[in-house]
Amino acid sequence: MDHLLVLPIVLPLVAGLATLIRREVGTRYKRSMSVGATALLVVVAALLVYMASDGTIRYYALGGWQPPFGIIMVLDRLSAMMVLLTSVLALFCCIYACAGQDEEGSNFHGLFQLQLMGINGAFMTGDLFNLFVFFEVLLIASYALLMHGGGKARTQSGLHYVALNLAGSSLFLIALGVLYGTLGTLNMADMASRIAGLGTDRTGLVKSAGLLLLTVFTLKSAMLPLYFWLPRAYAAAPAAVAALFAIMTKVGIYAIIRVFSLLFGDRSASLADMAAPWLWWGGLATLALAAIGCLSARDMRTLVSYLILVSVGTLLTAVSLPGNDSMAALLYYMIQTTLVTGGLFLLADIIDDQRGKAGARIVKSRPLRQSSLLGGLFLVGMAGVAGLPPFSGAIGKALILQSAEGSDRLWLWPILLIGGLCTIVAASRAGSTFFWRSHEGEPSGPLMGKRRGLATLALIGAAPLLSILAGPLTHYTQSTAQQLGNPSRYLDAILTPTPINQAMPTPAGEVSP
Amino acid sequence: MTLLLIVLLPLVGSLVPIASARSGRTTCAWLTAILPAIALGIAAWYTPAVFGGQLPQVSLDWVPALGLDIAFRLDGLSLLFVYLVLGIGLLIILYARYYLSEKDSMSRFYAYLMLFMTAMLGIVTADNLLLMWFFWELTSLSSFLLIGYWSHLSEARKGARMALTVTGAGGLCLLAGILLMGHVVGSYSLTTVLEHRELIQQSSLYQPILLLFLLGAFTKSAQFPFQFWLPHAMAAPTPVSAYLHSATMVKAGVFLLARMYPVLSGTDEWFYIVTLTGLATLLYGAFFALIKQDLKGVLAFSTISHLGLITLLFGFNSKLAAVAGVFHIINHATFKASLFMAAGIVDHECGTRDIRKLNGLWRYMPYTTVLAAVASASMAGVPLLNGFLSKEMFLAQSLEAQMLGGLSWMIPALATLGSVLSVAYSLRFIHDVFFNGEPRDLPKTPHEPPRYMRLPIEILILLCIMVGILPGIMVEPILRAATAAVVPGQAPEIHLALWHGFNLPLMMSAIALSAGVLVYLLRNHIYRFHRQFRAVNARQSFEFSVQRVVRSAQWGLDRFENGSLQRYMFLLLLSAVIVAAFGLMDVPSMAGLKSLQPLDPVVVTGAGILCLAGLGTVMLHRRRLLSLLFLSVVGMFVSLTFARFSAPDLALTQLAVEVVTIILLMLALFFLPQKTPKESSGRRVSRDILLSMIFGGVIASLNYAVLTRPLQSISTYFIENSVPGGGGHNIVNVILVDFRGFDTLGEITVLGIAGIAIYKLLNRLRLFMPSSDMEGRPWSPDRYPVILSSVSQTLLPLALLVSVFIFLRGHNLPGGGFIAGLVAAVVIILVYMSRGVEWTQRRMSFNYQPIAVTGVAIAALTGLGSWVFNKPFLTSSFGHFDIPLIGDIELATAMMFDLGVYLTVVGSTLMILANLGKVTTPHRPSKEKQ
Repeated sequence: MDHLLVLPIVLPLVAGLATLIRREVGTRYKRSMSVGATALLVVVAALLVYMASDGTIRYYALGGWQPPFGIIMVLDRLSAMMVLLTSVLALFCCIYACAGQDEEGSNFHGLFQLQLMGINGAFMTGDLFNLFVFFEVLLIASYALLMHGGGKARTQSGLHYVALNLAGSSLFLIALGVLYGTLGTLNMADMASRIAGLGTDRTGLVKSAGLLLLTVFTLKSAMLPLYFWLPRAYAAAPAAVAALFAIMTKVGIYAIIRVFSLLFGDRSASLADMAAPWLWWGGLATLALAAIGCLSARDMRTLVSYLILVSVGTLLTAVSLPGNDSMAALLYYMIQTTLVTGGLFLLADIIDDQRGKAGARIVKSRPLRQSSLLGGLFLVGMAGVAGLPPFSGAIGKALILQSAEGSDRLWLWPILLIGGLCTIVAASRAGSTFFWRSHEGEPSGPLMGKRRGLATLALIGAAPLLSILAGPLTHYTQSTAQQLGNPSRYLDAILTPTPINQAMPTPAGEVSP
Repeated sequence: MTLLLIVLLPLVGSLVPIASARSGRTTCAWLTAILPAIALGIAAWYTPAVFGGQLPQVSLDWVPALGLDIAFRLDGLSLLFVYLVLGIGLLIILYARYYLSEKDSMSRFYAYLMLFMTAMLGIVTADNLLLMWFFWELTSLSSFLLIGYWSHLSEARKGARMALTVTGAGGLCLLAGILLMGHVVGSYSLTTVLEHRELIQQSSLYQPILLLFLLGAFTKSAQFPFQFWLPHAMAAPTPVSAYLHSATMVKAGVFLLARMYPVLSGTDEWFYIVTLTGLATLLYGAFFALIKQDLKGVLAFSTISHLGLITLLFGFNSKLAAVAGVFHIINHATFKASLFMAAGIVDHECGTRDIRKLNGLWRYMPYTTVLAAVASASMAGVPLLNGFLSKEMFLAQSLEAQMLGGLSWMIPALATLGSVLSVAYSLRFIHDVFFNGEPRDLPKTPHEPPRYMRLPIEILILLCIMVGILPGIMVEPILRAATAAVVPGQAPEIHLALWHGFNLPLMMSAIALSAGVLVYLLRNHIYRFHRQFRAVNARQSFEFSVQRVVRSAQWGLDRFENGSLQRYMFLLLLSAVIVAAFGLMDVPSMAGLKSLQPLDPVVVTGAGILCLAGLGTVMLHRRRLLSLLFLSVVGMFVSLTFARFSAPDLALTQLAVEVVTIILLMLALFFLPQKTPKESSGRRVSRDILLSMIFGGVIASLNYAVLTRPLQSISTYFIENSVPGGGGHNIVNVILVDFRGFDTLGEITVLGIAGIAIYKLLNRLRLFMPSSDMEGRPWSPDRYPVILSSVSQTLLPLALLVSVFIFLRGHNLPGGGFIAGLVAAVVIILVYMSRGVEWTQRRMSFNYQPIAVTGVAIAALTGLGSWVFNKPFLTSSFGHFDIPLIGDIELATAMMFDLGVYLTVVGSTLMILANLGKVTTPHRPSKEKQ
């Protein structure tokens, strides 16, 4: 019994509850609780990755109810990797928030932990309804965090955020209803095995529901034309929250990868690859739009929001490409873009802080207090996301470009490369305004301080670091892609011990008094 | 492995100036120079081996998935460039020590410079095309930083961005080219690629590959029509211009031509594109070099022109021409770097670079005059200097080019024209600046520069002369080695000599020299001719087009993302309906095999009322209170439907939820206008009606299709195991707290967060409090009606008892924590409403957040408890206990879990209510302590 598999959910839940139970507890307690729990989560996640890297797919049956009847948490390479990515990002967001942003409103750390619970749950679960539940947890927690600190911009963009996402949740429920109504099960592995033997009178229904799920997941991952909730909300969110939100779009992408590789993989015959054309064109369109968005950005937060969209477009397009290579490429790209864009949100906040009234707007203003340091971080971060070497973005982009075959190249390459150029133009405009084009006069903003400095440095430092470590990382993502490309292993691991038709042993017996 | 050091040492070296920033300017310069000097020594150590035909290589794995290795090679071409980069680099370090003023940060400058040096060395020694691309883009980045070094100058900033954009774009093309090349060859290793000339040239991808590589090379080497960024890059400090924009970085483009020459050249495409581009650049640059009034502008355009010349040579598809190209790279680097440094001295000592003001400087700086004159003469191709040799070879090769058929004579003719112009602007550089009368209003009185500022120029000039006189000894070995890397197969015989006898190229040289003098004398006519054109400033037009792109992007996006939730929601629903319909079209027939249940009047009436109430909600949505009432009817009938189809748990839950939500919504309505103004146009309304009808139709079809198909589901397992496994007869409750207790844990977390989120939203909210309704009637002064308050007070204990009862029976009979919690919440809400927030808060001074959180915590701890018994999270157990007085009773851990649900529901609901209520009371607490 390896309780480690459920810890990514239970640990933040308990930590969150412990900080929320009394609103009056001291700042110090809340901060140490939150940072400590997140650091512990990093350790747990690292152990999970270590466990998963032997290639075995493990599961944890909650309440002892075996699949396909109970809810399970599944540990494979992908889920382990996503949890580790989340926890690392979260640790630095949390440290950043501890520099003072957490006290701008109430209950920050508790909500932050519950948000982590939601994200990790979505990555770990092997049950489609449970995925819905965790989507709800992360949605409501993210909404609360988005509102942290208050203000008109946040309230306004928050309304769009929550309204669109609640509509998405309803669609999720409809899709779930149809799937349960046709397949009679909720465990994803079981669903996959039932889809493989589906009669023709039901394939259409499953297809309909699958595509509805795709709509929900692309809404979560912000694909054109469903991305509208993202730019303003992310630009308005408090920095530590916005940085954490860098992982949120990836939850949607993760869900697409998980559900569509498992349920609608090669075994599903006529339903195989049904998402690909939608993702391909949608991803390309998102990429193009995001490039325009980068050019149009009037302040750095908006710019970084569109950079998130650039990565979304890239990832979605790559998801639709056939083959394991593109999957391995996009997983590597996802890791680095999540960390670096998160770091850029933090950087935007520090720049905002030191520029007085001008804030993060791309206009001439007073010089920055720590111009060289921030300038260096800006350069590395932006070069990282724009895909300029020697940073990780370049490797990620090259991997994705390389994995496209034949005529796919004709669309993907120009759009991806020109998108990169637009990013370079936009970033160089913003950077030269921030760091070079300033009024005369003495800088007077606050210094960034140790916590904020550490957090920003660590996240943006991912750009060079992940480039150096690209060898082992791509090795891991390649084996992950292979694991995903062979869903029957997943099915075997989960369904073999207790096949559906066999009589179930009761997991919990009576306890004599 | 020593080979790695050539690149690594300068990389480490970029940290040296930062570390030694405080140790004085001279020390900083010396320390910076140490590591590149060692690297140069290593290169020298390798030289005999390379000349002997060996190929030192080193290779380490980096990203095998990408085919990217840390692989370096040192062939003749690499060695030549390593010498150029490190040798001139060292001279520049010395020069910059004296050039930079006290205000400029020396350490920053050197750090960038060393970074650039690393990148450049990487390009020339990389043995992996992707690795080469890495360094390629790194030169763009470091040159961006160096051009923008004087960041307070607008032209520096814009020049830097322009250079980055153009060379960055070229770099992306190069990446695409490299990836395609790797696809064709199957490897990015340069050694492998160079062996596959046939494969590449016969591939259908040859043309795109060629084009992409050439785009990369041409943007970097400022070839027409991409030449425009280079003159504006001259906003950089002069050492940078000398180093990057004449001697090395711009040579990276021609280096790429040389590097890829063995595999890409020899085809018609190569010939036409490369020669024509080179020719156009040669003439364009030469003409504008003659026109410019800025000293560095003249040099910039002459650089463009010479780069065109080199490109042209590589285009000829002849081995000897390629040799001449490589030779001219060396020569141009030496004389142009010294010219730039001389220009820098003039600028430094006179305070201006305007040729119209600079005259007769020889009186003030005779030494510099001599040095500049020799360098210019070399540029003009005067005999005894190195420029003459390569220019002769160039002219000779231009005669060989026959690919233009009957028009082939134009190539030598135009080449001669280029040389004429080259002579003219070289002459102008010397005569206009150092002679030709007296200087006019110079900001400073000029004098000779410091001794060591001149030293780098002297060294380079010495090289120019020695190569010019003794080419056989000075450059032949390295040229031979470099050529071996460029020209595949049998290397051509190279005879570098001053005197080849009287021949056509010599005559062309003579024509060039004499006609050049003539053109210089007639230059005023050319100026007059040129004045009729409107001056185009590339920087301004670049800036203008960027601005225009940005503005149109903003315009378009502002219209697309117009902030209208209606539009966003429309697109979401439209997408959903399209994809759902897409799947439904694959369903052969909507109706399945199950037969329909008979209709009875009760169901029909209920469904009818449900539909009508739904319609009413929508149609009256602008009168909010009425609409809400209709909504409550909908909810009511949904509950009744549940009851009718034997789902008492659901019915109870739905009913309680309805009550609570409607009350909370009513509270919220208090702050809103009672009517929504009509905002949507008729077209919008009909569009929305259409969409909602289709959406309804699609969802209904889905429902119908699903419900009419027989289903084998996992639910039978739950029915069978509810009692033996879960210890409860109420299957719904066992599912909620046991089979799928984890879902419930998640959902009560959601509920708890919702309460906290609403607290967060409302805590600091200050809303306008209406004192009257829309028609101006004041709200009733009797805020807390007596009858209601006494009834509610009486009801309170009763209802709480009921809720406990419902809770306790939940595991076996309809009920459970969720419903019980809602019942308790409803009655407390009633007390709140009838007595007011203040009255209630005085008597029930609970803080609801801890209650809600405790609820979730109890549920979570129940789950954790099973770890003690080494069971998975949330494993339940139950047993029958015989308790005195009460008798046999079944206790299950699931009840603890359910208690958590109960508390969460009560806590969260009341938290929402209390916070909404607080907003309405006059004594709202200010920001609550956290």
